Amino acid sequence: MLSSIAKSFGRNRVLEDVDLAIEPGEFLTLVGPSGCGKSTLLRIIAGLEGADRGSVAIGGRMVDRLPPDQRDVAMVFQSYALYPHMTVAGNIATPLEMRRLTLAERLPLIRLLSPRRPRVMRGIMAEVRAVAETLQIAHLLDRKPAQLSGGQRQRVALGRAMVRRPRVFLMDEPLSNLDAALRVHMRSELAELHARLGITFIYVTHDQVEAMTMSSRVALMDHGRVLQLGTPADLYDRPATLAVARFIGSPPINVLEGEADGAGGVRIDGVRLPIAHGLPAGTRITAGIRPEALHPAPGRYERPVLRARLKRAENLGAEWVLHATLTGAGEAPLVVRITAAEHDAALQAGLLGEEIALSVTPSGTHLFGADGARLPVRQREAVGAR
Amino acid sequence: MSAHSPQARMEARWGAMFAAPALLLILTILLAPVAVLIALSVTDYRLGAIAVRLVGLDNYAAMLADPVFQRSLRNTLLYVAFVLPAAVFGGLGIALLVHARIRTRTVYEVIYFLPVTSTLVAMATVWQFMLHPALGPVTPLALSLGFGRIDLLNDPDLALATLALIGIWQLIGFNMVLFLAGLSAIPRELYEAAALDGARYGADRFLRVTWPMLGPTTMFVTVTSTVTAFKVFDTVVVLTRGGPLGSTETLLYILYLEGFQYFRMGYAAAMTVVLLVFLAGLSILQARVIEPRVHYA
Repeated sequence: MLSSIAKSFGRNRVLEDVDLAIEPGEFLTLVGPSGCGKSTLLRIIAGLEGADRGSVAIGGRMVDRLPPDQRDVAMVFQSYALYPHMTVAGNIATPLEMRRLTLAERLPLIRLLSPRRPRVMRGIMAEVRAVAETLQIAHLLDRKPAQLSGGQRQRVALGRAMVRRPRVFLMDEPLSNLDAALRVHMRSELAELHARLGITFIYVTHDQVEAMTMSSRVALMDHGRVLQLGTPADLYDRPATLAVARFIGSPPINVLEGEADGAGGVRIDGVRLPIAHGLPAGTRITAGIRPEALHPAPGRYERPVLRARLKRAENLGAEWVLHATLTGAGEAPLVVRITAAEHDAALQAGLLGEEIALSVTPSGTHLFGADGARLPVRQREAVGAR
Repeated sequence: MSAHSPQARMEARWGAMFAAPALLLILTILLAPVAVLIALSVTDYRLGAIAVRLVGLDNYAAMLADPVFQRSLRNTLLYVAFVLPAAVFGGLGIALLVHARIRTRTVYEVIYFLPVTSTLVAMATVWQFMLHPALGPVTPLALSLGFGRIDLLNDPDLALATLALIGIWQLIGFNMVLFLAGLSAIPRELYEAAALDGARYGADRFLRVTWPMLGPTTMFVTVTSTVTAFKVFDTVVVLTRGGPLGSTETLLYILYLEGFQYFRMGYAAAMTVVLLVFLAGLSILQARVIEPRVHYA
């Protein structure tokens, strides 16, 4: 769908040859830190911004030279961009009025001359009502946007986008102006809406939780490039680069510096983790260990464990997050996430003293080379007891 | 805490003391002059006179019967009717054009704002020269276009319209600057939403976004322009002195004549009250009509 899109603002290169093939009907999320170019890419798809190079095709049709309204896309803006002087009904009706009425039929006074206008408007209003009912805002149709809550405005913006049945739905951080509870709620509503409409959603966010929870695929962007495109599980379980691993996951992945030892393992802070990789001894390796891949363990056995100093333990109800620092050189911070049951058991067993030993689950451990690219791991071997 | 506790009474006393200076200033500077004006309007006070007599509403009755007052009122209303729409919509039109410029915007802003910064009395002499039947460039221009010899300021049918044109010339730049500020405050996302919704024509963008979003600006511009137009004075004094044949006598000009040339202060005060009522009434009316359509969000 997108081929080698490049865009610069002055000397600032915002997008560098982005290629993206988006499947019809999928929920694709563009996620990345602010300034990574995701919003610019969305605006290029919408036609609000022109690309310096490359082209956009929607449904097999090149749309580079088409104005936004002829691209068969609808967009929900971060600020919702509702017309403040019009009612909810007027806002939702606007895209249909623009398409079904002639310019003269939209002008004040002159429009009264059109004999077919009342009939067309009745049809439009029936559709507006139907859309409002699916979004449960039918009772608000006569209100002005200023009289609505953030969540209601959000629905109006969705309604205005839905009413003309576009081929592609573009959303630019639509949940960022909502409070936390409503954001969680709207997340599931958007996912449901996508399932029901069955059209392509392209969704921009900086929030990796939104990306992980709603998308069928995620494109993680940084510095104007797509770092990895894949399902949420792909990005979490097989991050292509260290940057991807760092961005996805909350609490974030633990990053530890180590080096390859001759026997095909990784040595971190004097502890050898037997994760086979086949690199020559002495190669610098960065290990990313997910917080849930670390477990408090008895330190007295001959298992390879990381030794750390426990700083703080947070009770999140169903789980605990332990904050610790690695003993030894660097004192790298470590975050451990365990279930409440495991925490209680560890506490009973006396494993949560000032000094703790942590075993490492290999499946949650990723190795990256000096360039940040993922290193192939040949075999997975249990490390520590689980 | 009950309202009558010693602490509440103390607080009330302190509150009154803090409010007193501001209240005093409002009374002496803003309200007292209006009260004096109304008081004067029911007397036969003449500047320098020793004895003052209460005449009740005689001044107002005289005004209603006075053909000069009636003419000046008609002239003023005509002037406002001519200047107001041109100054408001002209200002808006120029603002839209200037707003679309990117690099040259500041240049145009300065050019259109120049008449506002220059004093009208000084610029009126320039206009006098331009419109002079023998010396100015307007006469040869009119001749070359086949209009014949016209003297705009001395023709009873054209003098008021000429003054109105100068009034527009002066107001339009000010209004443009206000509209430009209003235009800059319109969120760009609204235009983008309109573009996606299919507003491809300028008329659609103007009617859906620009015009409604400029509501507060338009209201302010209309009210201030009305007040300014109603108070037309300097061009009359400098260019026509109310002539020819009283065709450019305006309310403020005859008010000035009565008060400061004929020294009939009581009569002038009554006229001022009428002008005040007119302006206040018009402003309230405009606010009532426009306010419900204004969206500050």
